[in-house]
Amino acid sequence: MEEAIVIIGAGQAACQAIMSLRAEGYEGPITLIGEENYAPYQRPPLSKKFLAGEIGYDRVELKAESFYAESGVTAYWGTRATEIDRRAKRVLTNDGRYHPYSKLLLATGAQVREINVPGFELEGIHYLRNIEDVHAIQAGFKPGARMVIVGGGYIGLEVAAVAKKRGIDVTVLETADRVMARVVDPIVSHFYERLHREAGVTLRTGVTVSGFEGEGKVAAVVSGEGERFACDIVLVGIGVIPNTDLAHEAGLEVANGIAVDACARTSDPDICAAGDCTSHPNDIYGHKLRLESVHNAIEQAKTAAASLVGKEKPYNQVPWFWSDQYDVKLQIAGLSTGYTDAVVRGDPESGKSFAVFYLKDGQLLAVDAINRAPEFMMGKILVAQKAALDPARIKDESISVKELVAK
Amino acid sequence: MTKITFVEHDGTEHTIDAAEGTTLMEAATKNSVPGIDADCGGACACATCMVYVPAEWKDKLEAIDTMEETMLDFCEHSDENSRLSCQIKVTADMDGMRITMPESQH
Ligand SMILES: Cc1cc2nc3c(=O)[nH]c(=O)nc-3n(C[C@H](O)[C@H](O)[C@H](O)COP(=O)(O)OP(=O)(O)OC[C@H]3O[C@@H](n4cnc5c(N)ncnc54)[C@H](O)[C@@H]3O)c2cc1C
Ligand code: FES
Repeated sequence: MEEAIVIIGAGQAACQAIMSLRAEGYEGPITLIGEENYAPYQRPPLSKKFLAGEIGYDRVELKAESFYAESGVTAYWGTRATEIDRRAKRVLTNDGRYHPYSKLLLATGAQVREINVPGFELEGIHYLRNIEDVHAIQAGFKPGARMVIVGGGYIGLEVAAVAKKRGIDVTVLETADRVMARVVDPIVSHFYERLHREAGVTLRTGVTVSGFEGEGKVAAVVSGEGERFACDIVLVGIGVIPNTDLAHEAGLEVANGIAVDACARTSDPDICAAGDCTSHPNDIYGHKLRLESVHNAIEQAKTAAASLVGKEKPYNQVPWFWSDQYDVKLQIAGLSTGYTDAVVRGDPESGKSFAVFYLKDGQLLAVDAINRAPEFMMGKILVAQKAALDPARIKDESISVKELVAK
Repeated sequence: MTKITFVEHDGTEHTIDAAEGTTLMEAATKNSVPGIDADCGGACACATCMVYVPAEWKDKLEAIDTMEETMLDFCEHSDENSRLSCQIKVTADMDGMRITMPESQH
């Protein structure tokens, strides 16, 4: 069969894969199938500057419109892939077309986790994943409006910060006993709780939402503890689920994401996967990871592109993330899961600048840096080296971060 | 439009028309200049958009701030001409500027 690469999903990973395929010297046809009515764009600004209205679509789209045609890509926007026929090696889309492939890339990303409580279908309850979600939220984003945010993770808190600046009355409800509980130590959670409360956000932890009330349109959020929170608009940010249905139905191995090896290959040698939809090995941590980050989408897509043209460029990097809330930049290098010690450098109780080093039996797993670029940058290097650090040196700010490893 | 030339590590040149008011990083990535990853899309959080601006152009650019300076301090391939291209707004004064790029952003 003739060579033809098909990419399902048109997001961050797909866009990188196109660039990398051409950079690797692939000259054959590329077909891009994207469900959204937009060419690939950046999602991080959707809960930050784009939501705030500080930047428009032209600053979030990843490439100029002409890029796809110039790169020899046949793009189908607003088109959903509905089946992968591995025997005939073709993809079926919802417009009735078949797209034959010699190699296939799955870059289907993730979808929001929906809240399944009474009243979930009321108007005014929003999620945030796509540009269209932002437009829907912005319609109710008026000074004086009352907004309840369900979920105190990155996205909920970023939206809280933007909404507060807009003069909206914001309440955040979190089930756990602290915000961002899934990713950071209590020290960092408590810092962010203080930050939001000082900005005037009502933040409630240990509150589980049990339903929504209203006549057609949401008017209140009700908690399992029997409290009512009156509101005009709701944002639910309780996590995402990887888009694995197509892969699963095609008989590919799926385990908390589409299972791939270090070269982004699925259990079918002609099919690769990259980005939020995958579960992949990582040598630094010695176990499989499923990540939701731009860095992961970009780097895994580079690896997948290489594999699609028959080269091996294993993906094995320190994951990293960032979050902007008010004037505070959080940068996280590595993953802290399983840490035994959280060592603080700087003062989290006052001011807005400190870092937390996560150690497991002396070895550095991760660094959370709050307005601390040096700790973040050095953290990335040290995590990759699996450096062993002395807590006393970490705490001592008279020692430069470059000198943290004792000679 | 401001004409800016990006020179890859291997010498390949890309001359683009950059729109004033956008950043050098955006101008480069939108015009398919390879070699700038820009993981964070301009949030000054990743340092994967590093370029070298020759000394003679320096006073035509906005001054470097502490955040950018710190990030650069930890980049493997940085030198005294390094800048993060996402922190540089394109202006008419930059017309004809030639910028070189590192071997890799990692
Ligand atoms: C509001 C928000 C803020 C974020 N902030 C940050 C941040 O600060 N830092 C960070 O690192 N990351 C952040 N992220 C996460 C980051 O955006 C994602 O990790 C990244 O977009 C993943 O890229 P991807 O290509 O894997 O998936 P996506 O960008 O989700 O792209 C997948 C695309 O595939 C399409 N698709 C799925 N199934 C099909 C099908 N069957 N047929 C056709 N098309 C299909 C989807 O519609 C989607 O357009 C944020 C995400 C959101 C939503
Ligand atoms: S794009 Fe991330 S620092 Fe410039």
